[in-house]
Order: sequence, then structure tokens, then C-alpha cells
Amino acid sequence: MRIAGRGFNRCAPLVTFTFDGQSYTGRAGDTLAAALLANDVRHVARSFKYHRPRGMLTAGSEEPNALVTVGYGAAQDPNIRATTLEIYDGLTARSQNAWPSLKHDAMAVNDLLSPFLSAGFYYKTFMWPKSFWEKLYEPIIRHAAGLGALSGETNQDTYEKAFAHCDVLIIGAGPAGIMAALTVARAGADVILADEGMAGGGRLLSETYDVNGRPCEKWAADQLTTLSNMENVRIMTRTTVTGAYDQGTFAALENIVLGNPEAPKECFWRIASQRSILCAGALERPIAFPNNDRPGIMLASAVRAYLNRWGVAPGQTVTIFANNDDAHRTALDLIDAGVTVAGVIDSRAGALALGDYPMFAGGQVIATKGRLGLSTITVLDCNGTHDIQTDCLAMSGGWNPTVHLTCHMNARPTWSEDILSFVPIDGAIPKMLVAGAARGVFSTLGCLAEGIAVANNTLRELGLIESQIDIPTAENSTYHIEPLWQVDGKGRKWLDFQNDVHVKDIVLAVQENFRTVEHMKRYTTQGMATDQGKNSNVVALAVLADATGCGIPETGTTTFRPPYVPVAIAAMGAGSQGHGFAPERHTTSHKATLDRGAPMMEARLWYRPSYFPKPGETTWLETCNREVAMVRNHVGICDVSTLGKIDIQGPDAGAFLDFIYCNTFSTLRENRVRYGLMLREDGHVMDDGTTARLGLNNYIMTTTTVAAGQVMTHLEWVSQALRPDLLVRFASVTEQWAQFAVAGPKSRDLLNSVLDTTIDDENWPFMSCGSIDVAGVQGRLFRISFSGEHAYEIAVPSRFGASLFRLLTAQAEAMDGGLYGMEALNVLRIEKGFITHGEIHGRVTANDIGFGRMVNQKKDCIGNAMSQRLGLLDINREQLVGLKPVEKTGRLTAGAHLFIEGEAAVSENDQGYVTSVCYSPTFGHDLALAFLKDGLKRHGNRVLLVDHLRDVQTWCEVCHPVFLDQKGELSRG
Amino acid sequence: MVKLIANSPFSKLLPKTIGTVTLTDIDSGKMTLVAPFKGQQKLVSDALKSTLGVEFPAPNRTLGKMPRSVWFGRGLALIIGADCPDLDGAACFDHSDAWAIVRLDGTDTSAILARLTPIDLRESTFKCGHTARTLIGHMTGCITRLGVQSFEVMVMRSMAATLVHELTQVAKNIAARPVISA
Repeated sequence: MRIAGRGFNRCAPLVTFTFDGQSYTGRAGDTLAAALLANDVRHVARSFKYHRPRGMLTAGSEEPNALVTVGYGAAQDPNIRATTLEIYDGLTARSQNAWPSLKHDAMAVNDLLSPFLSAGFYYKTFMWPKSFWEKLYEPIIRHAAGLGALSGETNQDTYEKAFAHCDVLIIGAGPAGIMAALTVARAGADVILADEGMAGGGRLLSETYDVNGRPCEKWAADQLTTLSNMENVRIMTRTTVTGAYDQGTFAALENIVLGNPEAPKECFWRIASQRSILCAGALERPIAFPNNDRPGIMLASAVRAYLNRWGVAPGQTVTIFANNDDAHRTALDLIDAGVTVAGVIDSRAGALALGDYPMFAGGQVIATKGRLGLSTITVLDCNGTHDIQTDCLAMSGGWNPTVHLTCHMNARPTWSEDILSFVPIDGAIPKMLVAGAARGVFSTLGCLAEGIAVANNTLRELGLIESQIDIPTAENSTYHIEPLWQVDGKGRKWLDFQNDVHVKDIVLAVQENFRTVEHMKRYTTQGMATDQGKNSNVVALAVLADATGCGIPETGTTTFRPPYVPVAIAAMGAGSQGHGFAPERHTTSHKATLDRGAPMMEARLWYRPSYFPKPGETTWLETCNREVAMVRNHVGICDVSTLGKIDIQGPDAGAFLDFIYCNTFSTLRENRVRYGLMLREDGHVMDDGTTARLGLNNYIMTTTTVAAGQVMTHLEWVSQALRPDLLVRFASVTEQWAQFAVAGPKSRDLLNSVLDTTIDDENWPFMSCGSIDVAGVQGRLFRISFSGEHAYEIAVPSRFGASLFRLLTAQAEAMDGGLYGMEALNVLRIEKGFITHGEIHGRVTANDIGFGRMVNQKKDCIGNAMSQRLGLLDINREQLVGLKPVEKTGRLTAGAHLFIEGEAAVSENDQGYVTSVCYSPTFGHDLALAFLKDGLKRHGNRVLLVDHLRDVQTWCEVCHPVFLDQKGELSRG
Repeated sequence: MVKLIANSPFSKLLPKTIGTVTLTDIDSGKMTLVAPFKGQQKLVSDALKSTLGVEFPAPNRTLGKMPRSVWFGRGLALIIGADCPDLDGAACFDHSDAWAIVRLDGTDTSAILARLTPIDLRESTFKCGHTARTLIGHMTGCITRLGVQSFEVMVMRSMAATLVHELTQVAKNIAARPVISA
């Protein structure tokens, strides 16, 4: 219920939202949890395993119970903590893991069966028969247990990721963080102050004491205003730092205020800082007493937060159960607000009441009642047992410093007997200091003072002048606590509310010899899932220590790993959906190609046309066959700009290429082109292509499309590491030039229709190159052929690419020619026996592809020595051959393997494999390139092609890999 | 007689304004990548200074406005906006058509780039005239600060559409945010 006149957002406008289909009203600035409690909705969830009714336990990001699903359909977002979800007009939230309704959940039968469903039950129970696990048991268990679910549809929501940089990152804007930020900022350092809350202030937003004579929340707001007005300060609210990584880098998740559907939901930040200060505060922990999980039982600090910050009393008659002084504040605040406090049960025998409320010193809560909401507790003290009618029990087992981030680089926290909890060790994260409650300092004054002190230490490390800042006045109470981890009594004492782990589960794990903390965690699931046991871990460790007889320090903690709070994969991969998945490289002919309806295929990042369908053509093969015939008989145009083009210049350019390529380029005449083959250092083929000599000290190397980056990297490596003595420099000019193949018997005629000066065979023989002018633009012409036809490649600066493409296309079509795509290009090159990376796939040598003689033994080159290893010269190695089907209709398939007649088609008898296949319209049957053991000597033999995957068996004749025009007469014109 | 027509890498994608930011297609005219040979950088720098008035830039720096020399990687400078003279001590590569260049102007330019590049763009660190070869989304490219709220972003010409897509997406996101965090 809402308390009139209370709550820091008491004047905020009203907001309407729905929960489980019911409409409610809250105040702007409410969390869903606060708004539901204001509407007296306490039961909001069903537990993971036993489907027990659950309410809010906390008021922060550590919440294990109150998880809801927001939205519907593709935008449905499960497991959102109601305790951090800000309400907005139109919010639709619903409970999870309950059917048919939250109140009447059929799977609550699990709770009755709980004696049979203890920790690890499925490891033992569902052993037989083995096949049932995957098909029956696991689906049933998964259906019965669980959190919220995704819709299975593609999420259309937008997410962001971003980078930020600062001198000092301060994590947490509570009292320590605020003072640290003021101190560092006044010294001139660039500060990022990140806080997971919707406003900075931390615990100051949930308490009622004064700081420097001002109500603490007002004091915090004043300081944050001061900070936000400083140019060197950036305050990032709703931003949870989720991980600490190397070199001062932190991950953070920003929740963006919802309401605008166009806005991103979350932003995943990577923050690089020179120094960091962790002021993450502390988290209160529960006490394990019987049935301590009923709706209405929550942490004492959470009750204060709901009361003071949002003006909501979580119950009408509240009781408090604690082992420390701090929880007594809750009673005082409740009384001040006019809420009945039915009693404070303090387990410490000598505890004194701090106000006018019934006190049960040395008492414990030993039982609770109320299935869907707490109604009664039973207290045991020196006077016996007492039943108390109460609808809200505020519990506090003490506070745990939020050490998580300090452990992300493998440090372990150390045990403090003073506060009965773990505290971070110094130097856990390089260049990070810890201040305030995160270091176990729990008084407000202590936190304020530590913030200043630690910030000044940071300034010293940065070489900046320390700031002289007065410590504000504030409460400075001492933290008194006595150990109380679990309470004896009948009933399950819950530890991990999210995973339904209770004390007996831990004891059972120990009985089963899962005694170490990491084993116990795996056996019981203690500390797993979305909350990662933020509330429960320390209590569970204490119970484990008790069960094993070891101390808590010896028991230790499990490993803290990022992220601190759940991070949507969509946030980490923001922007990478659809067109954002990878860059798209478009040629200058891209639009014209799409206009002609060509389906695109990806070659690395480039988009290239598969084929150019014409009206009436119904299959790709039909189009491909036409395009092949067009090139063979007339002329075809193909955009080949995607091939890597590397401009190599310098007095030693020739020598450099001689070292790169296995054949010689220094002897190449100017205006001539030569095919080159380059090896890796291990002697295998890396790439091939043509290189043209444009001038005395200038070459232009062509690489394959897919290996362009690899070759460029290779050249840099050779130049910088192996041959720094050479005067040579090179650069990629792939993007500078748009280049088009003009192939076919009419290619020269076509070119002469567009070139400013005509060419002839005498001046432009096969493998020549040079400058030309085309339609008023200076370009380059290379007489080279990848089709076996009389062919050229013409290049112009890219800005003219689209225009030249249109011109060439129009001219070609006027000559019964036209455009051809990658499918036809592939057929043309297979017919001619030209290799691609289908053949030079990384495991073949120059010998294997029949180019062994290109490895010039009169000079050194990369890979030369290693290519002479005996293993690479073995005659039993597979060598490149051509394959033709013995029957003309025989089908050849890429990836198939080759076998000898009479031998079983098993890997032991493997003779080789097929790398490239096409249907050749020129020959009227399939053709293949393949690698066959001792293939060069087996031309004319028959082998059996077997494709187990496609169930194909075809007899083939082994032949020369060049099917068409072995003498090269066509290309020579 | 037929004449070839020059096209921008961005075709009709630019200019556009989203929120506070304007994206403009920049044609810088002649661009030459200058790569001095070993031991020749000083001579090359002197030659550039005497002919174009700009020296070979230090790493991550630009010099001049137009023409401008932009550090472009180890031992590389991009000379923008003028014909590069013959340089005996350097290899010179025509890159006039190799790059797609967008100028970003407006209040949220830093916020936009903070969503695409990991480099530190704080004004105190990345000052006017500073440049960096870096990542822009998934692309490698170059970012130069032209003013407090003005940057020039270069990526490979073939990636022009992707650059516009990425800039547009993050600009829309920022424009839709209730509060800008950048």
C-alpha cells in the first residue's frame, strides 16, 4: 500500500501498466515491484523447480524471485527483474513459469513431491533406459522447470553497443562514489560515474538520515547536479558495469528508458579507463529459517527502500528478523511512516531496541504460514514460542560487500571476521581501488571519507594534484553483527530462492562427497542462473562450511565471472542483424546488375552476380548455358573488379616479386603480363594470378578475390620481416579501378567500338598490357583470358565504372553478346582447366597442379626449399587431372571421391577427390577437375566416382585437365 | 562521341540529416598515397613541403587543409586535394577513386562515432587535425577530426553503402533516445 506523503517520487505523474492482464496505476519513477506492492500485489512469481509462490525479496538487481516477461511476440523479453524495471505507460508484464495461472499453478504439485526431487535427483533417477533421456525425460524436466522463454521469433528490437573513454571510471554513485567523483573531477580528470539505478545516490535514495544537514537523498541529488554541470564528468545512470577486463577495459550495460519504440532497448558499453574506483556498495543477505520464502518475506533493506524511496509499505503489520543493528532502522522508518511494527526478532541475546517496538532479543523465527502470502510467523525466544500475525517479515542476515568485479580477473576475496563476510583483496584488478561498503565500510560517514581518500590515491597514481575536500557530516554508527546463518526447525530453509536450493540440498551434496564449494555448486545449482546467487552464496558457503566442518575462509567462494547482471546477446551483437552482419562490398556495376535481376552470391564480402536471367529462362542452368555459349561464340562482359589488385613500385620491385613468386618476374618485359604462382613458406600453393609490368619499376599484381587480403598481408610480412633490404613499396589499388572482362571471339571488335584508339593483334598480342583511352577516360587494358577465349580486361578509375559497364553491355548486346555471371565464368574456366581456390585449397603443391616446373630452382623464393621436401614430391601424391563421364549422361559431383574398379568405396581405397564440376554446354556433358594419385600418368584410365552423400556413382575417364584448346590458340587470337 | 560519366561512391544515398547530424558525401578530387622508400621520408617530406606546402605527417596527424596530407599507416601519407608531384624517393599510388568519404557535422557526431569505433574521440585526446586508421563498425577505415563537431570518415569505396547504413542506424538510435549518452 502507498503511504501518503512519503516517497521521493510522491509528486510524479501517474502511469498505467498491466501485470498478468490486470491494469494497475503507479507513479513515474516506480519500479514494477514498487508499483505492484503499492497495489498490494505481493505474489508475483513461481519458483524454478517446486513452483512455490514467491514475492519480491529485494529492491535491486540482485532479485532472485520477481522475474517477469515483458511484451509479447517477437519483442517478448523474459526474466526481467521487476525490482529494476521502471514502469511506463503501456507496459505489459506477466508472470512466468506458471500454468494455468500464477495463483493456481498445476506444476505446484512438484512441491508436494519435493522429497523425491532433491538436488541431483535427475542424475540418479532418469538413468534408464538410456534413450529415454533425450526423448522423454529431458523435455519433461525442461518443461516443468524453468524461467521465462523467448518467443522463437526474430526480435526486431534495436540494441546498441558503444565505446567510452575516461581517466577514471567510478562504479557506483552511492556516498563513496559521489565523493570519489567530486574529488577526482575537481582535480581535472575525466570521470565517468556509472550507476545501475535510474538515478545516482545508491543507498542514500532509500534511507532517511541526513548528510551535511540535508536529507540524504537531497544531498545526493545536489552533488550529482554539481557533477553533471562539470564538463569533465559524465554520469551514466541505468548503466551496470558488468565485467572487468584487461587493460582497464570494462563492460557495461545501459538500460534505456522505454516508451519510444524507435529507441534502442539497451546499450552495451565498453569503457576504457586509466584508473577505476569500485564503489559498488553491499548487498543484504537473508537468513535460512524454515519456509523463509513466502511472499511478504523480504530483506530489511528492501522494505526500507520501498517505504522511503517509493512510499510503499510492503505490509500492514511488519515484523523484522535480524542478527545486526542495521535492520532496526527498518522498524524505526516504518513506525515513522505509521506502519505497525509487530516486533523485531534479533538473534543476538544482548540486542537492545532502538525505538518503541516489541523486541525479541535472542529470538529466532522458526516457522511461517501463508501459502500465497505471509500471514503468521512463529518466534522462539527465551520465553518460548510466540505466533505473530504479520503480512511482511523484513529479514537481515548482514551485508555482503559487492566484490564481484574485483574477482573477474581470477582474484578471490578474503574473509573478514569483523563483518562476517568476504571483502576484496588489494590489487585484484590492476589500477582499480575499492571504496566504501564494497570494501566492508558500512557507515555513511566512513563511505564518504573513503570515497575522498581513495580518489586522492587515484589522483596521485595519475600524477595529478590531490583535491582538498571536506568530509560531509553523516551517521557513523558501528556495525554490530553476530553469526546467524540458519535456524533449526521443521521445513525447508531456502538459500538460493531462484534455483530452489535449501539447506538440506547442501547437506546432501556433502553426503554425496561433493564437498568443495565448486562441486557443491554444480550438484545443487546453488548460485546459478540470472542472479548468480548474489544474496545466497555467502549463506550457502556458511552452511557448507558447517556441514563439512571446515571454516568459511577455508571453504572459500566459487568463481565470480562476468557479467554481473544478465546481458542480452542482442546487446553484445548490436547492429549485427541483417545488413549489419558484415560489410557488403559492392562493385560499381552493382545497381545495374540488380536492375537486370541477377541473383547475387557472396565472394568474401563482395557481391557478385550468379547469372543474368532473360525472359523465358526458368533455371539457372539454362541461363548459364546460354551465357557460356555467348562467350564462346560472340562476346561476354563480366565485372572482375573484385580480384585483388596490388600496385608494386620501386627499383627492387622485380627482385621482390622474384622472391614472392616461384617463377621469375624481373625478366618480364614492360607492357607484358605473366601468370604467377606464389607458395606459402611451407611449400604449398598460396595463390595465383597475373602480374603486369606497367613500367620499369612498376608492376600490378592480380590476386584471386578470396585471397586478396591474405596476399596483401603476406607481402607486408615479406617486405617488413624477410626483405627489408629491398627498395619497394606497394599498396592495394583494388578499389581504385573498376575492371571488366571482355571475352569471346568478338572481344576486340567490341573494344574497338569504345576505345578512342583502336587495337590490333600485332600491337596487343596475348599477355600484353598498357594504357588506353576509353570514351575520353584514361584506363588500362590487359590482354588476358580466364575463359580460354580471345579476351581482355579493361580497367578505368572506379568513378567511371558504372558508366563503362553500361557502355560495354550495350555494345556487347548489339553484337549478340551480353553479360555473364559467376556460374558461366566457372564453366568457362573449368572447360579451359584453369584452377581456382577449389583446387589450390591449401594442401596442394605446384607439382600437384602440374606447375612444378614453375618453381624456378635458379633463384630463391618463399616456399622453394620446403616445396622440395620428399613428402611433397612423392609420386603417390594426388595430382590434378580432368574427368569426363564415360557415359555422356553420367553425373559428376564436387566433393566426390575416386576409386579403382573392383575396390570397395571406402576411405582406405581412396584414390582422390573431385574439386570442381560443371555441366559443359560446349561438350554436352559434365566435366570435372580432380586430384588423383599419380594422376599425370593415368590419363585414359577409368576411375569410379563415388559420392556417398548424394548417392552418386559414375564411371569416369581420366584426362588432361585442359578440356578445351590445349594449345591456347583461341586466346592467342 | 560517347563520354563516360563519373559517379559518386554514394550514388543517391547522401546527403542526409538525422537528428542533429548531417552526413555529406565528400569528393576530395585527387588523392595520392605516398609511400617513401627506406630512408627517404625526410627528402619526400621536403619535396612535398616545397611543392604543396604540406609535409609528410607524423603518425595520427594531418597537415594543411587543402591540399592536406593525412597519415595513413606505417610510412604512408595520403595527399588529398592536389596533384602529387613526382617524388623520386617514394612510390605514389593514385587513390582518387579508392575511398568513400563522409563528412559528419552536428552535435551528436561524437556520440555516433562512439558507437562505431573503439578509439578515444575525446576532444582532449583526439584534437582537430588528428587522424586514426581504425575500425568503423566492421570496416577498416580512417577517421579525421575536422572540428569540434565535425569528422571525416573514410572507408573503402565498395563499402560506401554499408558505411551509410551503419551511420544511419546509429544516428537514428541516438535521435530516438530520450537522453543522449555519448
